[in-house]
Amino acid sequence: MELKTKVNSNEAEQQLLITRTFNLPVDLLYKAFSTPELLGQWMGTQVLELENQPLGKYQFETRDGEGKVVFQAIGTIHGVTPNKQIIRTFEMLNTPFAPQLEFLDFASINENESELKMQIIYRTKELRDQMLKMPFASGISKAHDRLETLMIKQLDQ
Amino acid sequence: MKLRRDVFQALADPTRRAILLMVASQSMTAGAIAASFQVARPTISKHLAILQECSLLSSNKDGREIFYYVNAAKMKEVDDFLTPFRKMWEARFDQLEAVMKNYQKNQLENQANDQTQIQQGNRPSE
Repeated sequence: MELKTKVNSNEAEQQLLITRTFNLPVDLLYKAFSTPELLGQWMGTQVLELENQPLGKYQFETRDGEGKVVFQAIGTIHGVTPNKQIIRTFEMLNTPFAPQLEFLDFASINENESELKMQIIYRTKELRDQMLKMPFASGISKAHDRLETLMIKQLDQ
Repeated sequence: MKLRRDVFQALADPTRRAILLMVASQSMTAGAIAASFQVARPTISKHLAILQECSLLSSNKDGREIFYYVNAAKMKEVDDFLTPFRKMWEARFDQLEAVMKNYQKNQLENQANDQTQIQQGNRPSE
């Protein structure tokens, strides 16, 4: 089946471009990234704080069934333009990955459809390639456990 | 020392992607490939060399002609490399869509309830 999500990785650049069309008006798509409760729900993590404003900050945390912290991420919001753009950094704590810079561009296609372009810039090309090989590292959540198992299997083959 | 090119670098170029697409359906000679592009023959030769260097293309000599064909195994390797990452984002974005559809539905229901209450002479609920 054709995936709705496109990932473009150009070997000459240390970045990734992730594109996806949503069956949602652009204001709802933007809300999914700017409202703490909603962001936590679809990311499958706990949003400890999210100040969606210039010089704002955020913190994510995921715990397993026994309450042990399995994923922690932090970042700063550099700039926001409602329904158009969010510029932020993202860093996974307790991992060898360096912080990354993210440009999230939101665009309306029509009143029921919108598009998201996520440009992620890594410190080095090597880190970018490592991220591609370890997708499960950046989104550890219970909901994704099955998918992660599947992905690890594929990588082992 | 010559820099060994990597598959993704090879695929980054639009002409090289076009060459792969063309050769995917049938093996072709360099001349036939070059005839389809408005660039100089040496440029095409260089692209073919790069594609061969990273094993995306293979060639067969048939008499005096060299036929190029796509190395399917290598192409699959490239696809597999990106697939888990794409699937992870696809699942995550599907979840986003579901969460927001639900939010939208609740919002519409609340508006409808408020309307009913206004019609009944009550103040809208917060």
